Amino acid sequence: MVPLLEMKNIYIEGLSEERWNPIIKGIDLTLNRGEVLGLIGESGAGKSTLGIASMAYTRQGCRISSGSIRFDGEELLGAPKERLRKIRGNRIAYVAQSAAASFNPAYRLINQYAEAPVQHGIMNFKKAAKEARDIYKRLLLPDPDNIGFRYPHQVSGGQLQRAMVAMAMACRPDLIIFDEPTTALDVTTQIEVLAAVKHIVEEFNTAAIYITHDLAVVAQISDRIMVLRYGNLVEEKDTREMIARPEEDYTRRLLAVRSIHEEKDLSQSEKDVILEVSGVSASYDGKSKILEDIDVKIRRGRTVALVGESGSGKSTLARVITGLLPLSGGSISYNGNTLPIALKGRSKEMLRQIQMIYQMPDTALNPNQKVSKIIGRPLEYYFGIKGQKNDKKVFELLEKIELSEKYFSRYPTELSGGEKQRICIARALAAKPELIVCDEVTSALDQLVAKEILKLLQSLQKEMNVSYLFITHDLATVKAISDEIVVMLKGKIVEQGTKEEILAPPHHEYTEMLLSSVPEMDPDWLDCLLKVRKESGKLSSMIEA
Amino acid sequence: MNGFMKLLRRSPWSARIGLIIVLINLTAGVMAPIICPYSETEKAGDIWVQPNAENILGTDHIGRDLFTRLVYGARNTISIAILATFIAFTVGSLMGFFAAVLGGWTDLILSRIIDVLMAFPTLILALMVLSVVGTGTVPLIAVISLIASTRVYRLSRAVAMDIEVMEFVEAARLRGENIWWLMRHEILPNALPPLVAEFGLRFCFVFLFIASLSFLGLGVQPPYADWGGMVRENAGAITFGIMTPLFPAAAIAVLTVGVNLIVDWFLHISSGLKD
Repeated sequence: MVPLLEMKNIYIEGLSEERWNPIIKGIDLTLNRGEVLGLIGESGAGKSTLGIASMAYTRQGCRISSGSIRFDGEELLGAPKERLRKIRGNRIAYVAQSAAASFNPAYRLINQYAEAPVQHGIMNFKKAAKEARDIYKRLLLPDPDNIGFRYPHQVSGGQLQRAMVAMAMACRPDLIIFDEPTTALDVTTQIEVLAAVKHIVEEFNTAAIYITHDLAVVAQISDRIMVLRYGNLVEEKDTREMIARPEEDYTRRLLAVRSIHEEKDLSQSEKDVILEVSGVSASYDGKSKILEDIDVKIRRGRTVALVGESGSGKSTLARVITGLLPLSGGSISYNGNTLPIALKGRSKEMLRQIQMIYQMPDTALNPNQKVSKIIGRPLEYYFGIKGQKNDKKVFELLEKIELSEKYFSRYPTELSGGEKQRICIARALAAKPELIVCDEVTSALDQLVAKEILKLLQSLQKEMNVSYLFITHDLATVKAISDEIVVMLKGKIVEQGTKEEILAPPHHEYTEMLLSSVPEMDPDWLDCLLKVRKESGKLSSMIEA
Repeated sequence: MNGFMKLLRRSPWSARIGLIIVLINLTAGVMAPIICPYSETEKAGDIWVQPNAENILGTDHIGRDLFTRLVYGARNTISIAILATFIAFTVGSLMGFFAAVLGGWTDLILSRIIDVLMAFPTLILALMVLSVVGTGTVPLIAVISLIASTRVYRLSRAVAMDIEVMEFVEAARLRGENIWWLMRHEILPNALPPLVAEFGLRFCFVFLFIASLSFLGLGVQPPYADWGGMVRENAGAITFGIMTPLFPAAAIAVLTVGVNLIVDWFLHISSGLKD
């Protein structure tokens, strides 16, 4: 049988600083009809580039320099544009990572659904609209008859991502490329999209290339997995085989990524509360409350994980604690003294003791300041350390965050994501704080890099006895580093306690759903979960509510 | 300096032409007393003499050497334009940054004042002010700076607002830094590329504006040379087929195009486009 897609010896180059650098270095890829292939690797591995190259397409500034791409027996590389236009969107479809950014906000979903089939002359709008309803139903979208008449901003992120899968299905393509379709979603929403994708791909016997950095996700969907790194193929195997018996060291490290663990003796710090949030509520407009009656205690040297989906108010709580958003009710006390609610009212000393690390290290560092100034400024500002003494301290801090001296005079643009996040940590440490608020500090990083950052935070905590308020939606991170867990939903605390209390059954209903939604390295996990949820009739009812 | 030379070597030909034009004008302005065969107001021959060996561009309507007048015109107009643009940038961007960083009432009040100023057509506003306070170099610079600063305010406020929401500014705020630090160290360095490009563009507008005012008789006053004024003084000559007024007019056009070529190049670099 002729494979549906056969890419041979593909080389792809990207233009940077007026030179062509290799991105993909000679990879072969074959895909049979109805087969799902997972492409996995960290950012910069070339997985997206290879994925979209299957349409003989590259992003701007890239080119396919050699190789052959045969789709259904036809050579696409060098084929006339007219021909490619007939194939793209019709027989090969693409689902992008961020549905919110990919939909045109000015048109209704159904109009955007019908665009491809009508343009390709496959059917008229009426027929397309009828089919859209059918597909929406199969993708388990709520109210499939009418949801198409909504605008993109009127549906949730997970629904929008499913609407995009529906769009890709419109022409009944032979091949769909999924480019990290669930990466930007919460775990609970991710399940819906995963279930929908799996369901529809099986039903129409569509072949798919599923690109992701999360091995556990791809294990649920794909028949076969290719692991890429630096544009090379590391390993290629059937999914079950890959999970059970990875051969390469790199694959093994990817598989083991969720396993940092540390036991801590909590008995000593039980009484040593440094920050106490009591009865706090807050709102942005003075009317609708984003936070309601929040009580949290943070003890010295402990990590409190604040867990919840996007929109649960966890970042807002961080803003209230740091004083960026004045609270509207309740109080926060620090070491027994009440903290002024607004930033302006707090003394230098108070500001010094609570530091913050951000989610996106790219925007958290001033691109026009050298590392020496970024780390040196808090030293100068809080402690008046200047000149050579300041430099010396910066070197010490660089050593603490495991970066060498040569980073001293670099700009943030000359650093990788993980290195930038380390600089952010150093900037926070420079103030010698007692509490560091970590707002999703690992979610913008690759898994292996994230693991290193978490390890670093842990060892720093041991050394300096600093407390962390760790805001995250990733339960794997929570399991790894937290001492206490606070679960939030819609601005309220659902459950809180030590890690053992929260993670051991019986769970609160919502905690249960969050915990069970974290993908596991087991190809049957999704099917089992869906079965269990179907029986108890709870599938996504809580999120939709 | 090394970085600049490297940048220059990779610059497109259009930018190089622009640079040459601007450099010629600047040197001419600075070296005016040395390179000119006559003094600024000296009579050098008959009126409206065609270009010849003695007066290489001919003479004007009262017999002054046109080349000398052009060079001195460059000196007067460009220095006023640079000064006015500079003042406009200092005032405009400072207020724009203030509005962006402080927000709230400061932003509201400043922005409405600027709106009122911008609501007047620029030329009419300038004519009104100048006819009330009288003509002269100081009122001229003041009124042009005022008008140009409103545009600079709009741009710098918008740019600063984009930067202000970045987390590194928030981090500095959390540290407790005061507003001067925020503006000087966090916002200004990141706002510089668009502001520098705008400086060139604004200079062009200011320069043209001075030329128009002088043409209307409210700009640089005689006997001092100014390109706009020279066009007006010699405009009558065109009826007789004498090309004298075309020289200052061409000078205005060439300098404007030259500055724009550089600005284009600069915008291209700062926007990060590859081709």
